[in-house]
Amino acid sequence: MSYLFTVSPDFAPDRLSGWYIFNTWLQKNTFEAIHLELFNNYNKLHDAIGAGKVDLIYANPFDTASLVRNYGFLPLVKPEGLSDEALIAIRADSDTTDVTELIPGTRIALTNDPDVKMIGMMMLEPSDLDAGSIETIPSENYVLVAKHLLRSEAEAGIFLAEAYDNLSALIKNQLKVLVRSQISVIHHALMIGPNFQHKREEILALLTTMHECEKGMGVLNSLGFKGWQKIEDEEMEFMIDLMDTLNTDIL
Amino acid sequence: MIVDMQPEFIVGEYKETTQHFFNGCSRKVFYTEIETPYPDGKLIVSTTSPEGIINHVNKAFVEMSGYTEEELLGAPHNILRHPDMPAVAFKDLWDTILRGEKWQGIVKNLRKDGGYYWVKATVIPNVRAGKVVGYTSVRRKPSRTKVEACIQLYPTLF
Repeated sequence: MSYLFTVSPDFAPDRLSGWYIFNTWLQKNTFEAIHLELFNNYNKLHDAIGAGKVDLIYANPFDTASLVRNYGFLPLVKPEGLSDEALIAIRADSDTTDVTELIPGTRIALTNDPDVKMIGMMMLEPSDLDAGSIETIPSENYVLVAKHLLRSEAEAGIFLAEAYDNLSALIKNQLKVLVRSQISVIHHALMIGPNFQHKREEILALLTTMHECEKGMGVLNSLGFKGWQKIEDEEMEFMIDLMDTLNTDIL
Repeated sequence: MIVDMQPEFIVGEYKETTQHFFNGCSRKVFYTEIETPYPDGKLIVSTTSPEGIINHVNKAFVEMSGYTEEELLGAPHNILRHPDMPAVAFKDLWDTILRGEKWQGIVKNLRKDGGYYWVKATVIPNVRAGKVVGYTSVRRKPSRTKVEACIQLYPTLF
């Protein structure tokens, strides 16, 4: 029997091979057969979770509440020093200098990353904008969000901050950031499902020490992480509570 | 325990009043008309015990309140209560969260230096194993339109 590992569909495309390398490392070190399956969208991911097929998941903060409270998942680790932050950017040549200058009917390009969308919408609240007063321009990825801005198909874009920072200088030079979140406590988490939890302590020990050897460090580099950091159960509960408070009436 | 504010920490011209709380405690406060704007993109987060005693604050909370983390931990959450806030708003807050529901509202908070800042606050009960073990409060930047509406409304609720 093999266990199923998956990654939230919002992973950076250039880290695709990194997740396969990580899965290979995990199999070698746990002596377990683990199959990595990447779902194209959240609907397919949620169907698989609902059917009890997922045993290990690098989850988006938005999904963690349901994973813990409805499906009995437990937290393992989070990437050290990384948190999910969002920003709102506009064309560099725009006259707008403050997010509060955005008006109802503003066209906003965004992806379907739920937590990034939530943080972005939160940053639009001071402008009295909400889901009902903006026109959203759905985009497959953050490069396309930038393109919508550059082609003036949208007046503002909501970006994962890390994705914006990784855009080419050529694109970034034509954009400017209106507001960037500094939340620090919302992050992705590697979580383990009920059928695999007998291995929780063993996997936890492997992950939290993998940066100590050259091979483990190489695997982490391929994911863009410095190391894995243990998540205490209460820390995960706190993040879920925080997501609950933020998710009141934004989306 | 809640203690009186100290005049030596107040910045600018101030007024003085005594607040009386539901639990019978009272506090002398000094307050000014100096507003500290809510910082863009930040969240102020705190958690309290079921009785409203602060047991966790984040950096943004410390910065905006003007108190040190040591002064805040163990203090009742009404250390931030501004005299311009009507008691009925906080009664509604407690009635709501005691029903196990989420409360949301626009709140004027009092700083240690007597100044104030407006927030959009959301408070939720923290449920662990079916039991409320405390409350999490998250504040974010409010819309100025909503703040202006509260500036008109709140004085009518006293």
